[in-house]
Amino acid sequence: MCLAVPGRVMDIEERDGTRMATVDFGGVVKEVCLEYLPDLQVGEYAIVHVGFALQRLDEESARKTLDLFAELGLLQKEFGDPWELAAEAGGTSPTGGADVPQEVQQ
Amino acid sequence: MKYIEEFQNPDLARRLLDDIHSIVTRPWALMEVCGGQTHTIIRHGIDQLLPEQVELIHGPGCPVCVTPLEVIDKALEIASRPEVIFCSFGDMLRVPGTGRDLFRVRSEGGDVRIVYSPLDALKVAQQNPDREVVFFGIGFETTAPPNAMTVYQARRLGIPNFSLLVSHVRVPPAIEAIMQSPSCRVQGFLAAGHVCSVMGMREYPELAERFQVPIVVTGFEPLDILEGVRRTVLQLERGEHTVENAYPRAVHPDGNPAALTMLEDVFEVTDRAWRGIGTIPDSGWRLSTRYRDYDAEYRFSVTGIATEEPAECRSGEVLQGLLKPHECEAFGTTCTPRNPLGATMVSSEGACAAYYLYRRLDIRTAPRETSPVA
Amino acid sequence: MPETTEALNATVTATAGVPGEAPVLDLTAWTCPAPLRDQPRVVMGHGGGGALSAELVQHVFAPAYGGDVLAQLADSAVVSLGGARLAFSTDSYVVRPLFFPGGSIGDLAVNGTVNDLAMSGARAAYLSCGFILEEGVELSVVARVANALGAAARRAGVEVATGDTKVVDAGHGDGIFINTAGIGLVPAGVDLRPQRVVPGDVVIASGAIGVHGVAIMSVREGLEFGVEIESDCAALGGLVETMLAVTPDLHVLRDPTRGGLAAALNEIAVASGTGVVIQERNVPVPPAVANACAVLGLDPLYVANEGKLVAFVPREHAEAVLEAMRAHPLGAEATVIGEAVEAHPGMVVARTGLGGTRVVDLPIGEQLPRIC
Repeated sequence: MCLAVPGRVMDIEERDGTRMATVDFGGVVKEVCLEYLPDLQVGEYAIVHVGFALQRLDEESARKTLDLFAELGLLQKEFGDPWELAAEAGGTSPTGGADVPQEVQQ
Repeated sequence: MKYIEEFQNPDLARRLLDDIHSIVTRPWALMEVCGGQTHTIIRHGIDQLLPEQVELIHGPGCPVCVTPLEVIDKALEIASRPEVIFCSFGDMLRVPGTGRDLFRVRSEGGDVRIVYSPLDALKVAQQNPDREVVFFGIGFETTAPPNAMTVYQARRLGIPNFSLLVSHVRVPPAIEAIMQSPSCRVQGFLAAGHVCSVMGMREYPELAERFQVPIVVTGFEPLDILEGVRRTVLQLERGEHTVENAYPRAVHPDGNPAALTMLEDVFEVTDRAWRGIGTIPDSGWRLSTRYRDYDAEYRFSVTGIATEEPAECRSGEVLQGLLKPHECEAFGTTCTPRNPLGATMVSSEGACAAYYLYRRLDIRTAPRETSPVA
Repeated sequence: MPETTEALNATVTATAGVPGEAPVLDLTAWTCPAPLRDQPRVVMGHGGGGALSAELVQHVFAPAYGGDVLAQLADSAVVSLGGARLAFSTDSYVVRPLFFPGGSIGDLAVNGTVNDLAMSGARAAYLSCGFILEEGVELSVVARVANALGAAARRAGVEVATGDTKVVDAGHGDGIFINTAGIGLVPAGVDLRPQRVVPGDVVIASGAIGVHGVAIMSVREGLEFGVEIESDCAALGGLVETMLAVTPDLHVLRDPTRGGLAAALNEIAVASGTGVVIQERNVPVPPAVANACAVLGLDPLYVANEGKLVAFVPREHAEAVLEAMRAHPLGAEATVIGEAVEAHPGMVVARTGLGGTRVVDLPIGEQLPRIC
């Protein structure tokens, strides 16, 4: 529901009494309304939906989440690698033998 | 930290998948509520990588899919008027009302424009003071604050030629309705992260307790989906049913207070029909009486339009997760994204369209049971 | 299943939900809207290069005036005339705005038609150029477009041999429309047709995709955004000559304009009766294109290009062709993106970065920005 994309605040200004920001989405720049995140600062990231910043992105929790994922893998290694089983169960391609020739890619 | 690539990392995805494969011991049916999550799942082929026991049921969380026929007909009526500039999000233009869509209104001379943001529509109103500018305000709790702010700004700036055609819907009453359905088989929910970015999580513990289902607030990148699945399956395997936040970088338990205050001011809760599903009490928002002057339904006197939905396709069952799209008789034959029988096929986020676009491969090769259509 | 909206509406029996009652939903009573069948009027999607465009040609134009040559339905027709094999093509240009980052309607009017000819293996020799001007458009604007067109023609090494001008009433045009047609000689031994594609052919893209479409969208009313990206608009005749110098035995070339890479690959898959598999992570999508698509909810595979081609090359020649392309400025970023396969004939399938698969379908009409 709601295609919302992380963007970084580049600058902030008042326009017609409304707090607006220029937000960078990885090289794509749009005007975004900051009225719902009045204390958002230049340099911070927010989730943006249809031209509105709706929630500040928290770098610390993002890192914690990623660290958790990485640890999962480490724990898993001690019990062997079920990936091959997983691939056999559901991850195989239905197309078969369709790999791009490596020698041509190089 | 860019908050995107990091959460698409194939190595970490593999670790999450490994973990899900190792904890699942029996079949579970999970529903991802949000169409954006469905999109991620199909686009990355995530459902093919999960253990067979984990079934993802695509929920009713696409605002385009569920906007009721009656409201579409009101939109078509308003957009056809010569004095009106009708502004809409792009994907609403293809949604059929009774016999027409906004593309057809445009081909018949209507001034229908695609905008990125409701504020763009307000700008159009300022630039065209002699025209009536109407914005089609659809969406879930995520889109409601932007639309609310736009109406608020229209009043504050004194822009009299702007109005909003509102059909907002809310997630918790839909979850409640799904769980109360006699044929419900959903055992756990991936709640929509961006809805919770606005609303917080306070509406969910009661639902989790009452229906004994785990509810995990989930984000939209592939790793987020996998983590949502992992946590939900973990709870199910342990016999738990709590509310968890698997998207803490963008969801604060209290939501966005400024947005909640604005919603309170501009909207009021109302019963809302969900296309293909039926009316769910208290499941929508309309403009509050304070903002009636900006309500396009009153301004253009279309409150009387009441359209009954024809009983043809089974998108209601698809939206409720009772039917996989390819189990519908019409799927891929008489019903395609170009000739949609149902709302689920219309939107690029709709469960049927997602299946049609991304999964036709499997469906073609698998023999299909034919079952009678209700 | 009833065929018409009227018939469907006549079968309406139930309504959804009863207000005021408990939200226990009876599944058997749930209903769904009637289908929207054929549009009685032209909608924008008819010009989108997708399925609607194809149906318009198939149902209206081909029956009305189609012959064996038109039935090829290629970017340019290949005809024999006076002992010579000529590629012949026409295209109309209605881009808005007239000037955009990296080019203008004048550049497109030359390069688009030159590229249509190049996809048959021909080096464009002569162009015609018809201007349809709207009453009131500033002459200085017309001159800027004409100058851009002339410069593009000189760069492409093609001569504008004949032209025409018409003016329509104010409000009946959009400033400037241009039609160009072109002819060129197809070298001996060159036969580029999708029907020649066989399983095992290697699919090569000449460079980054989605660039033109994103550059245009960035300046389109209602969607404006800032992006440091310019249209890739370029004439591909030279690149194609370079490729044909390696071997005349290329199977098919397409310039993925409207409908993007997805439409081009689907056309080839359908016409050749083979399947196509692409590796998504090998498809060159610049970050700015990917991010613009993320913001608008679009898929880069469906975004237009104006200076790129996709080639189906026999496996034994693939390496040499790729090397030659990379030595040419317009093919410096050429890369293998997939191959033709026996499985799933007529369908294009992408392997996703995570190891899953998805179907890349023919777009319906124009791609719409989505909110959800």
